[in-house]
Amino acid sequence: MKSMRVQEHPILGNSEKKEAVTIYFDGKPYTAYTGDTVASALLASGVRTLRKHEETASPRGIYCNIGHCFECRVQLNGSETVRACLTTVADGMYVTSLTLPKGASI
Amino acid sequence: MIDLLIVGAGPAGLRAAIAAAENGLHVSIIDEFVKPGGRLLGQLHEEPDGSWVNGVEEAERMYHRAIQLGVEISTGVSVYDLAETPAGWSIYTTDGVRESRCLLLATGASETPIPIPGWTLPGVMSIGAAQVMGNVHRVKPGHKGVVIGVNVLSVAIAREMQLCGVTVDRIVLPAHNLISADASNPEKMMESLLRLSHLAPSSLMKIGGKFVSPKLAARFYPRNGFKIWGIPIQLRKTALEIIGEEQVRGVRIAAISATGSVIPGTEEIVDADFVCIAGGLTPMAELAAVAGCRFHYVPQLGGHVPLHNERMQTTLKGLYVAGNITGVESAKVAGAQGRVAGLSIADELGVLSAAGKEKIKEAVDQTVHTRKHALIQFNQGIEEARHALYTEFQQLTDKKISV
Ligand SMILES: Cc1cc2nc3c(=O)[nH]c(=O)nc-3n(C[C@H](O)[C@H](O)[C@H](O)COP(=O)(O)OP(=O)(O)OC[C@H]3O[C@@H](n4cnc5c(N)ncnc54)[C@H](O)[C@@H]3O)c2cc1C
Ligand code: FES
Repeated sequence: MKSMRVQEHPILGNSEKKEAVTIYFDGKPYTAYTGDTVASALLASGVRTLRKHEETASPRGIYCNIGHCFECRVQLNGSETVRACLTTVADGMYVTSLTLPKGASI
Repeated sequence: MIDLLIVGAGPAGLRAAIAAAENGLHVSIIDEFVKPGGRLLGQLHEEPDGSWVNGVEEAERMYHRAIQLGVEISTGVSVYDLAETPAGWSIYTTDGVRESRCLLLATGASETPIPIPGWTLPGVMSIGAAQVMGNVHRVKPGHKGVVIGVNVLSVAIAREMQLCGVTVDRIVLPAHNLISADASNPEKMMESLLRLSHLAPSSLMKIGGKFVSPKLAARFYPRNGFKIWGIPIQLRKTALEIIGEEQVRGVRIAAISATGSVIPGTEEIVDADFVCIAGGLTPMAELAAVAGCRFHYVPQLGGHVPLHNERMQTTLKGLYVAGNITGVESAKVAGAQGRVAGLSIADELGVLSAAGKEKIKEAVDQTVHTRKHALIQFNQGIEEARHALYTEFQQLTDKKISV
């Protein structure tokens, strides 16, 4: 896959070097960099689907990227529901998708 | 209890905080985004003289000035409720309740979504989402995308994506439905596109100069559009559906007549790994509604706005508004309004000298001046609409005094 990171930019300049951390999404490790949001880190790794719709199970990802639409909701460290686009990464962060288990209903 | 709590660390909130703190007020700002700066953060505009306005740098400058003046700024905290108290306002946040004598709502604008079949697929995002991904987080929204919706923001951000190394295949109109309304009509869109000519003088002048009326321009508009910065803008093409199973694979488009009806037999599929929907901006005024502000519908300002005067006061005591919550305009105007609000609040709290009071007038004039010279005008007739709103506010408060 071609890199999704914007390393060089004619006006904004080159990206600063950031510290690499590991986050887990649905059990799988991904490399992220400090300052990333969960949403931007996953997109940089090619992950666009953050959850399945509660009723239709259709795949969903970010829409607004600034906290307005709640399309990016995920579960953080097994408890809190947060917006992936407003949550900055931390080393060892454990994120799970809000997909309902098979056979479960709401 | 602090003197002033500000919701929103965009240009309006930051400049208000600076003006209030310079006059000795104790100020806090709350913002739910990951860093201060608001929507200024993603902005990157080329001025007519060829220099670039880098929103990230501008935001950093304001942030440092505010911190230097002792302003407290909390990010990652959302405000969800407000209540008037005898001493001022209670502000309910995800990090507890705060109390303040005055409250400024500087929550900015939100994007209007346009639902199109397939728009919930991962890879479909608002145009602003792509701006923030690329310019703030430095991650590409995808490799090759289609933008749906032609307006000042979509054209500007398409260019910004290009600078991030992303291919923007084309910009097309949304399929006609109740919500897309005018945004799916080539004639109406030509009208608004002609207002953009200063952003891309050479290519638009060619089109705009040749056709006197937007009606004619839309009719004779080349079927494959024309290019700005090499990006085809296709006012005579519409996006019927976004296709893909697990994520975006492409967009089904068709040619349309000058008034927006689909021409049979012209359908084709354009490959893309992401799609941006650009439905325009609307003031984000929910908190003002929760507080109990009186509202007015002003299309020139982008929708429903809390009634306020040129000093940024609302109809509620101690509650002020500034920036895009009062109407959709560029960041410089939002900042100028913020300064007015900061000074007005300092005046309400009795810390302004006679010379300080003069500054309010100067700041109001500065806002009008900034508006007049703004590079990006989201709508026409803003100054007139604002004037009418302020008159309305005046009449209402006069009435209140006379009863
Ligand atoms: C997606 C998008 C892209 C834009 N791009 C451009 C552009 O390229 N060029 C241009 O000229 N204008 C652009 N604008 C217009 C932009 O609104 C203004 O340029 C300017 O940033 C407005 O300043 P502001 O201070 O009023 O609001 P903003 O800059 O939007 O700041 C408001 C802040 O309030 C915070 N906030 C809102 N509600 C809450 C809450 N309940 N709790 C806590 N915090 C909250 C937000 O997180 C945000 O940081 C864009 C607007 C949007 C929405
Ligand atoms: S993408 Fe809209 S809230 Fe996160």
